[in-house]
Amino acid sequence: MARMPADTHCPYCALQCGMTVGADGEVTPREFPTNRGGLCQKGWTAGSLLAHPDRLLSPVVDGRVSSWDAALSYVGGRLRELQALHGPDSVAVLGGGGLTNEKAYLLGRFARVALRTSQIDYNGRFCMSSAAAAGNRAFGLDRGLPFPVTDLDDADVVVLAGANVAETMPPLMGHLGSARLVVVDPRLTPTAERAVGSGGLHLQPVPGTDLVLALGLLHAAVVSGAVDTDYLSSRTTGFDDAWRLAAQWWPERAERVCGVAAADMRTVVSWLAGSSRRYVLTARGAEQHAHGVDTVTAWINLALALGLPGTPGSGFGTITGQGNGQGGREHGQKADQLPGYRRIDDPAARAHVAGVWGVDPASIPGPGRSAVELIDAIGTPGGPRALLVFGSNLRVSAPDSARVASKLDALDLLVVADFLPGETARRADVVLPVAQWAEEEGTVTNLEGRVLRRRRALPPPPGVPTDLDVITDLAAELGYGGFPTTPRAVFDELRAASAGGPADYSGITYERLDAGESLHWPCPSTDHPGTPRLFLDHFAHPDGRARLVAVDHVPAAELPDDPYPLRATTGRVLVHYQSGAQTRRVDELVSISPENFVEVHPDTAARAGLADGGWAHVESRRGRVRARVRCVATLRPDTVFLPFHFGDDQAANLITNPALDPVSRMPEFKVAAVRLEPVSGNGRCSDHYRSRPAEAASAEGAA
Amino acid sequence: MRRIVVVGNGMVGARFADEVRRRGGARLTVVGAEAHPAYNRVLLSTVLAGGIDPAGIALPTVDPEVDLRSGIAAVSLRPATRTLTLADGTLLPYDDLVLATGSRAWLPPVAGVPGPGVVGFRDLDDCLAILDMARPGATLAVLGGGLLGLEAARGLAARGVDVTVVHPAGHLMERQLDAGAGAVLADVVDKLGVRVLLGVGAVSWAPGTGLTCNDGTVIDADGLVVAAGVRPETTLASDAGAQVDRGIVVDDRLRTSLEHVYAIGDCAQHDGAPSGLVQPGWEQAAVLADLLTGADPAARYRGTRAVTRLKASGVDLTAVGDVHAEDDTVELLRLTDSRRGRYAKLALRDDRVVGGIMIGFPDAAASMIQLHDTGSPAPSDRLALLLGRALPGEATPTSDPGRLPAAAVVCRCNTVTKGALVAAWRSGATDLAALRGATRAATGCGSCAGTVEGICAWLAATDAPADPGPPQLQERVGSTTQDHDYTEGAA
Repeated sequence: MARMPADTHCPYCALQCGMTVGADGEVTPREFPTNRGGLCQKGWTAGSLLAHPDRLLSPVVDGRVSSWDAALSYVGGRLRELQALHGPDSVAVLGGGGLTNEKAYLLGRFARVALRTSQIDYNGRFCMSSAAAAGNRAFGLDRGLPFPVTDLDDADVVVLAGANVAETMPPLMGHLGSARLVVVDPRLTPTAERAVGSGGLHLQPVPGTDLVLALGLLHAAVVSGAVDTDYLSSRTTGFDDAWRLAAQWWPERAERVCGVAAADMRTVVSWLAGSSRRYVLTARGAEQHAHGVDTVTAWINLALALGLPGTPGSGFGTITGQGNGQGGREHGQKADQLPGYRRIDDPAARAHVAGVWGVDPASIPGPGRSAVELIDAIGTPGGPRALLVFGSNLRVSAPDSARVASKLDALDLLVVADFLPGETARRADVVLPVAQWAEEEGTVTNLEGRVLRRRRALPPPPGVPTDLDVITDLAAELGYGGFPTTPRAVFDELRAASAGGPADYSGITYERLDAGESLHWPCPSTDHPGTPRLFLDHFAHPDGRARLVAVDHVPAAELPDDPYPLRATTGRVLVHYQSGAQTRRVDELVSISPENFVEVHPDTAARAGLADGGWAHVESRRGRVRARVRCVATLRPDTVFLPFHFGDDQAANLITNPALDPVSRMPEFKVAAVRLEPVSGNGRCSDHYRSRPAEAASAEGAA
Repeated sequence: MRRIVVVGNGMVGARFADEVRRRGGARLTVVGAEAHPAYNRVLLSTVLAGGIDPAGIALPTVDPEVDLRSGIAAVSLRPATRTLTLADGTLLPYDDLVLATGSRAWLPPVAGVPGPGVVGFRDLDDCLAILDMARPGATLAVLGGGLLGLEAARGLAARGVDVTVVHPAGHLMERQLDAGAGAVLADVVDKLGVRVLLGVGAVSWAPGTGLTCNDGTVIDADGLVVAAGVRPETTLASDAGAQVDRGIVVDDRLRTSLEHVYAIGDCAQHDGAPSGLVQPGWEQAAVLADLLTGADPAARYRGTRAVTRLKASGVDLTAVGDVHAEDDTVELLRLTDSRRGRYAKLALRDDRVVGGIMIGFPDAAASMIQLHDTGSPAPSDRLALLLGRALPGEATPTSDPGRLPAAAVVCRCNTVTKGALVAAWRSGATDLAALRGATRAATGCGSCAGTVEGICAWLAATDAPADPGPPQLQERVGSTTQDHDYTEGAA
């Protein structure tokens, strides 16, 4: 049967570029506000994975191909057994920010209702948790961008704190073409190059000191009279306390800690003060720290002091990373959360959601462990004995990955649903193959809080169900037969469950989306137009005011010392996505970036006895990564950089520090103390990774 | 619970109280002679310059658990009985006593000083008194061309005050600067409206007459601001019998010669601590809090590397370490650009920055501070180190499509090189739309569209001869990308 090409969105990042996918999986870019008809190389090549030879096509149980019935009944039996012996919380679930809203929602319901476990979290913990916590604390609501991306088109000044969008979501740069950019990054990234080219500035702080820079900027703003006192008094609370701490960070003192020239701080403030359309945006560079929430808060405080949030033409936002990183953090796959961005410890929220689920509110478990703590608890008394993983490649994406691997290996049962045999799936007891993005229906919520339809262009391979089917079937196996089965039915239930919550989807329907309506949540009724711009009249706290929260600098959890004298920071390259499980299987992308590398200042490389192009080991107290040396003269000599897209002995997370933010439980991906060692028997470029991409690559989802 | 009494509610005393609060495990009493709540003295010059209201420099509120006695001076200390007597007669027993009495302005021997029309520049009351005199059009003389005097003078000039700095040494800030830097600085502040008299001593001050100098000059001024330096406030300690030299002598545990009496900040004298800066006092506060609360009994204060930053709008001045180091073991880099008010000097020993001065090179200064603080080896590119962004860069990437190397990535979003575009053009894709279709160039963020059109125009104009084979998709993304070249060319 001939099929019409489907108008859908890219499977990768949160920009969710519009694309049309044909029946053979060919991708054509499509006009859509976020991508304006553009695609990056990942998007263009996304279709090549649909018929990839590595695709998982049959369930595998203990290394043997199995029928679906046998696999599900095996998993169901094992879960029942473990829970009978060790209690409901002996089974844990880990979801992902790449899952559709429907899957994220149903996974949460499955955990709370069918498994009755409190132990569910997701890889967004590694991604958006600090920004989310800071946004909630300051504004009473967390929607990454509280305005449409197209608002940025007219910006005069945009500060990008720890964002390398020219590589992580390239088409977004099309919205930043007329602005003067200020890019905060320890590296001269392509985004930072654009900042310099735009007449802006690249500020290059020591990794782990972004908060100090933000405090220095706030100080400079106050001293130069750039603060909007009317706004502060009518729309906010808390300035005085925040200032008392920022007062101690005059730019020259901040400079000594963060290494950014005091003069540059004053320049940035003068640009912000001298224009009317200005934005401050944060991303993972500011957030993935053991004090990430406070760091984002410091940037929010600056934005509030200048009167940006909730002011038309200006604003504060955070740039969500994963494809459904926004929707994925709203509908209940997070340890402390119920659908609609409700808190699981709120009795009213529990009662509402229990009503939708048809269960006793008391039967819904309380808050569980966050992702890193959940993994850490494996093998400890009361810790998880079985783990179900959907849309995540933990073995590559979680910090201190050698430890993660040993924890996962200690499980009684590891079940992974995925479409490619990633590192995590390859070590699972049970692998459940599932459909890919172009083979399924659903919705995702992009970085601007706009709900989008994902549409099916072609059927999955024979015998391959969607994640939703798997969740529903597993629930039935556990004796819960009432789960909705179609994406639309799941979404309708999600709408009801979210009604009245902060992220209210109740007015959003497939019909409205299919009719082309642009709907940003909250959208509380079917005649509501949605909310493209939040906070114009009031913030989401009960008093309607935004809160400045007093924050101070705390040094990184691990500082350089004699044995480990350098700071390592991690990030991305343009042609790979997350753990690389998908993109390391696309030949076109692998030909450009076949293997891990470490960026090193030439002097630092020379001192470590490393040559440009040779292999190095980057070692921390936790492990070591193999990476090819790239000498980069613009890098700080005290800092090295590694992308985190590679697996096995090239996995950057072998060295990262699992120290957690006290509020968000975000690990400190962005600073670890390391040293460099040459790899003996330095070989030439990686033939291994060239010729055997299937071996080298791994599964997806990862934060 | 251990009872700690702190004498001094300034930046260091308040900081110590906060450090103790964070660690817990002690009961605190803080005695402050000034009636104001604790404030940030470093920002007084910012208040003077008009950046912040006096209310804006308050330090974070003291923990309500702390017993705060402000506006009351401590008058005597009895180590034998471990008691402190306050001016109102209160007797405070202590287990440990911390002296954070700071310093006081030093008044040079000048007739008429102190006296009417004369204000020191040390505390908030001084600052308010100076502001009172600083009406636009007023004439003020500032005695002292050190850090504080220059910050005050700059702030006053910005308020429209006619300011003259009188400085007895041969160049400004002679403690922190060499003569070359001092000369450049004098030019810079002169352009900002601050007159400077060097090598001149003040003889007498008389209201209505002004300031008479030892070279006969008379500066007709309405008021005199004295910023001639500070002296550690040691009276309480010396009266109690503590060993006092310039300041109260302390060891690495911040102990004075008296049992259970400690000193931190400007009143203390530790070999490794430069005076007149707040950073050493804060670092000492943290160490002492570790010791007295038992949080880290092994904590020691080993000194602070000196960094001087002049906070004066329009002047970017930094000095670190030993700026006078010029012996045979020192590698010296220096640039004087008097005309543009810039000066850069770096002294390195064994590849490490041991001293340096930067005027007008803000980003080089930021790097210098970090290298000096961390003791990391300096980059081998010494010129970049000395000049920072002021370094004349390599030729900016050419915008001439003809000169762009074939391996240059034109479209980053889709990794399309110039070579790939040329190949596609030669195969018949001769406009932007066709090149987009053939190579995906400019199909990401679109920002390279202009460059792609430029390449089109260049190819059309030069009528490039037909040459390599038709462009294949693999070739476009494969062999011509930078990364690939890098990989192949490496090792």
